[in-house]
Amino acid sequence: MLEIAFKGTKRYYGWMIALASVIGVGFLCYLWQLKFGLGVTGMSRDVSWGFYIAQFTFLVGVAASAVMLVIPYYLHNYKAFGKITILGEFLAVASVSMCLMFIIADLGQPMRAFNVILNPTPGSILFWDMIVLNGYLLLNIVIGWNVLEAERNQVAPPAWIKPFIYLSVPWAVSIHTVTAFLYCGLPGRGFWLTAILAPRFLSSAFAAGPSFLILLCLLIRKISKFDPGKEQIQSLAKIVTYAIILNVFFFACEVFTVFYSNIPEHKDHFIYLFAGLHGHGVLVPWMWTSLTLMLLAIILLVIPASRKQEGVLAVACVFVFVGTWIDKGLGMISGGFVPNPMHHVSEYVPTIPEIIITLGVYATGFFILSVLFKLAVTIKEEVSA
Amino acid sequence: MENSRRRFLKIAGISALGVAGAKPVLDVFASGDSHGEAAKAQPEIRKGEKALTAKQWAMVIDTRKFKSGADLEPIIEACHKIHNVPDFMDKENPEFKEDNRRHVIKWIWEEEYNHAFPTGGEPFLNERIKHLPFLVLCNHCEDPPCVRACPTKATFKREDGIVVMDFHRCIGCRFCMAACPYGSRSFNFRDPRPFIKAEERNPEFPTRMKGVVEKCNFCAERLAVGQMPACVEASNGAIAFGDLYDPESEVRKLLASNFTIRRKDGLGTGPTVYYIV
Repeated sequence: MLEIAFKGTKRYYGWMIALASVIGVGFLCYLWQLKFGLGVTGMSRDVSWGFYIAQFTFLVGVAASAVMLVIPYYLHNYKAFGKITILGEFLAVASVSMCLMFIIADLGQPMRAFNVILNPTPGSILFWDMIVLNGYLLLNIVIGWNVLEAERNQVAPPAWIKPFIYLSVPWAVSIHTVTAFLYCGLPGRGFWLTAILAPRFLSSAFAAGPSFLILLCLLIRKISKFDPGKEQIQSLAKIVTYAIILNVFFFACEVFTVFYSNIPEHKDHFIYLFAGLHGHGVLVPWMWTSLTLMLLAIILLVIPASRKQEGVLAVACVFVFVGTWIDKGLGMISGGFVPNPMHHVSEYVPTIPEIIITLGVYATGFFILSVLFKLAVTIKEEVSA
Repeated sequence: MENSRRRFLKIAGISALGVAGAKPVLDVFASGDSHGEAAKAQPEIRKGEKALTAKQWAMVIDTRKFKSGADLEPIIEACHKIHNVPDFMDKENPEFKEDNRRHVIKWIWEEEYNHAFPTGGEPFLNERIKHLPFLVLCNHCEDPPCVRACPTKATFKREDGIVVMDFHRCIGCRFCMAACPYGSRSFNFRDPRPFIKAEERNPEFPTRMKGVVEKCNFCAERLAVGQMPACVEASNGAIAFGDLYDPESEVRKLLASNFTIRRKDGLGTGPTVYYIV
């Protein structure tokens, strides 16, 4: 099946070469980081996790969102999603691959990464995160590949794949829950120390993932002969609507608890993010942009007339994706480290090499995504022809 | 690789004991006839004869005995020199930049009361306490969150309660730094060796490489040869050190006769560094 990925138009090859060059530049920067150490990044003694871990957290959500297609199709027999479930699963494969790369990029001694397996430590949440992420990657590769191959041969998917599909449902929830547990079980970090963190992660995931998928579907319709379908896109739009409303609601719950209880250790992180603390507030405009985008998206999505217009829907999806990305990919991680446990404020801003390495990982993810979507779309075209 | 290194050290240790004529060890090697005794022939790690031992080491810092930051400097210097802690803020170093501040390594350092004990935010603080710097270091918690977080057991709690780091096993994920509620851990964002003056380097203690986490080890290496921690020695009696579970120990006597506080004890970590204010 993989041979399909090698046959393509000039535009396809151009896109892949462009991605490959970004990957190359990112990799060179990574070699520099490997030589010098993580000092090339903006991270510090006080903000010891930065852009890499934040992207990882955001992308775990995008990966988990495949379940929003799997549940309606396989558990509720919603036939329309049969056409695009594969897109969700392949998006998950690309996203989890990026997550794993971001973790490796963040390690001080990446050549020792296998110590996690050589010295298994079930008490550490990072150990479980390794298991659930790799498991989810494997599940989606196996399921996606077999279902697509069956579709190409115009036969039913093998029966043995069903249990794996059912397993992938709780597994998707687990990857983002375990990722939230990385943060919300730490005693000295008031920003993360909340039971709503995992539900918040899941709701923003189920908004960000499907909104990105809608944009991809619109793009596929434009550049290929495969139409993911109007009904499918509208169903995804409803999922995004519920999820983004839940996400803002959970955020409001958190804000109430933090500010009504008035406990400084929990409050100060929110003050830092949304108003600035002791004269430091580099993230303030970003956080308000995020909140505004999410609220605007809710207005656009919740009104059926505007949601049903695909142009407006596309705009709303961009708002949701960018809004949740700022929330998780910028604010969530450094917000938890500022102020630090001794209540000193030292801010974090990613450096240029750090951003280039990040772009390199994203380009790798898009490379994987392009190959997998090329397979899926070509086979869909073949079958319908 | 790491495992084989450990195994080598164990075997080397056993051999050394054998050469020295330690009879019990030879006996263990000699007895191989029955299964029960063969099982006993496991490598054994022994403490040095002078080693100081405890159920849980603890520290009491008598802040009344400090007048100003100048009293703390020799203590910090003693610790950092003995443990080859790099000085990134040394202006004479050719690689000095103000930005190096982000990468500093601290094992023991000073904080104002409101930062060492940030939960209170006392607005009307006693004048002496307000201007008195506090020594802060790893609290060697009885239930350490950093140990819980570490995915490789590179940081672990010893039998005597000391929370130590295995610099060779650490993968540099920095989960322990996020988990520590005291900011006691530092990460080697770059190679620390150019920032250790060659003439001051202590050959008895390892230097670190880039990409690993480090922190105070309660001078485990000194306790092993019967010496008190460097900060205790340099404190002119202001810092006491002893077994928290020995009612006769100096720290227990101080705790019984003075009102003491601990940093963020409400978090349930069980810090073992006590402060007399």
